[in-house]
Amino acid sequence: MTQGPILETKSITMRFGGVVAVNNLSIEVNKGEIVALIGPNGAGKTTAFNMITGVYTPTSGKIYYEGQDITGLRPDQITEKGIARTFQNIRLFKKLTVFDNVLIACHLRLKSNFLTAALRFRQYRREEQRMREQSLELIKKFGLEKYKDDIASSLPYGLQRRLEIARALATQPKLLLLDEPAAGMNPKETEELSAFIREIKDEYNLTVFLIEHHMDLVMEISDRIYVLDFGETIAKGTAEDVQNDPRVIEAYLGVDDNA
Amino acid sequence: MKKQDKILTVILLAALFIFLIIANLFLDAYIKRVLNLCAIYTILALSMNLINGFTGLFSLGHAGFMAIGAYCVGIFTLPISVRPANFYIEPMHPAIANVELPFFVALLLGGVLAAFFAFLIGAPVLRLRDDYLAIATLGFSEIIRIVLTNMQSITNGPLGIKNIPTTANMWWIYGVTLVTVIFLVLLISSSYGRAFKAIREDEIAAQAMGINLFRHKILSFMIGAFFAGIAGGLYASMLSTVDPKNFIFTLTYNFLLIIVLGGMGSVSGTIISAYIVTAGLEIMRFFDEPLSIFGVSIPLFRPGLRMVIFSICLMIIVLFFRNGLMGNKELNWDMLRGLFSKRSKRIKGGEAR
Repeated sequence: MTQGPILETKSITMRFGGVVAVNNLSIEVNKGEIVALIGPNGAGKTTAFNMITGVYTPTSGKIYYEGQDITGLRPDQITEKGIARTFQNIRLFKKLTVFDNVLIACHLRLKSNFLTAALRFRQYRREEQRMREQSLELIKKFGLEKYKDDIASSLPYGLQRRLEIARALATQPKLLLLDEPAAGMNPKETEELSAFIREIKDEYNLTVFLIEHHMDLVMEISDRIYVLDFGETIAKGTAEDVQNDPRVIEAYLGVDDNA
Repeated sequence: MKKQDKILTVILLAALFIFLIIANLFLDAYIKRVLNLCAIYTILALSMNLINGFTGLFSLGHAGFMAIGAYCVGIFTLPISVRPANFYIEPMHPAIANVELPFFVALLLGGVLAAFFAFLIGAPVLRLRDDYLAIATLGFSEIIRIVLTNMQSITNGPLGIKNIPTTANMWWIYGVTLVTVIFLVLLISSSYGRAFKAIREDEIAAQAMGINLFRHKILSFMIGAFFAGIAGGLYASMLSTVDPKNFIFTLTYNFLLIIVLGGMGSVSGTIISAYIVTAGLEIMRFFDEPLSIFGVSIPLFRPGLRMVIFSICLMIIVLFFRNGLMGNKELNWDMLRGLFSKRSKRIKGGEAR
């Protein structure tokens, strides 16, 4: 890409008191890529995500989205700019219906104010109609149509994960951050998921940045991979590069001191 | 909405209208007063449910917002001729001494002022959550009352205001209640209402979905306070007096009781329970009076027993019916039809046997 990366972090560091959760992380994600962030438990992957989505403000360093500095913006502002995310431990609106879950994510693009919305002005009615159509389309696309009016928490686990992605897409993002999308899935489901991620990426013209533990999934779909360990970036590159990197092997399998 | 439901709704509204005509003509002043109070409590409880039940903000500041509306109507609709008799300790502040507003304008002003103070309070306080928010709003509600008690030249201090014109008759009160109910139902079913519910369900997820937490929280808080102010204005005009002691923070517990009993997050539940609680408190008044059976007076029946019984009822609700009457569901025509058709089926089944 000639315009430069869609997402770029310039040596972001996150300190919690004396603990350095993420140190000098520099990531570039180009438009249309699928990039993965991997690493053992506690490596700082989710912290990195939380910095990008505005949950934490980095102790130092800058984050750029489409060339714009987004460091320190609130999560809702960042979502409005076009970065949507899912959560490691699913965070649906549990007591609301599947349809409402998706519909709520359309709210941020609403232009009507609360008065014209409550009084059902024509502009609002039109917007509401459009939001409903969009949501329904997404729900169909994700195969959740028959659960449309079910309470979100009543769905099976895999479908809840799916719904979370659908909800994220309803915010009309350009960059989708997936935090362990395959967590708790069996190999078959994981395989389906990787095909599905590819499909939605093409269909909605997305760039995908994901955290994952399932190596099969990561190796299969990622264009590039970053490996974190104890907050440090220990490797980056294509799947093959990373797989053969001695430091990655060390981080994942441990190293024999006597060798 | 289905066509049949529309017709049923129109019939219901017509029935309400006819009921009001009959009530106005035939019922005595006491029962009318209770019915009016029920309607005012409906507004208060609904607006509090918007904040507590729908947006998930545990706020206990409603008595304060109500007081602002009540004082606004009290001060500005009081005829200029009776003002000196009211403000005999300290004359009314010259800036407002000659300002008299029509009832409707004063009522709206009360609501707007309440919403304005909700903004001032909410801006710092809505960063808190759960019990911390409850304590902070409770404190602010008391501050409002105490400030009102000490602004002698504006509010007449602890003496309160008397001889407020009783413009708020049954038509006014039920009209405003109806408008409030319709507005809040429409708001809650709009995209903003869904955003409020999203905040209630999961703040972090709501924010990640692009919902500006602060903006939506303060919006809900201000709309709730606005209607509390309106209800306060109706209350002042109905009673024809404003007394600062009326707005002590325990008043908020009555509204809290109504929304807990009716169901946090249910409009119809709140309306039903506003009538049950308000009317129930009146009906149970006989507990406060001495009672004798066969000439033996029962010592238990004395002033205060009413509240004991009431508290016991409350405990039973909290222990066994934690979701209240309706939970977060709404009463609608389909549900009622279901209820009746089930019953009629059961009756038919009985006949067959």
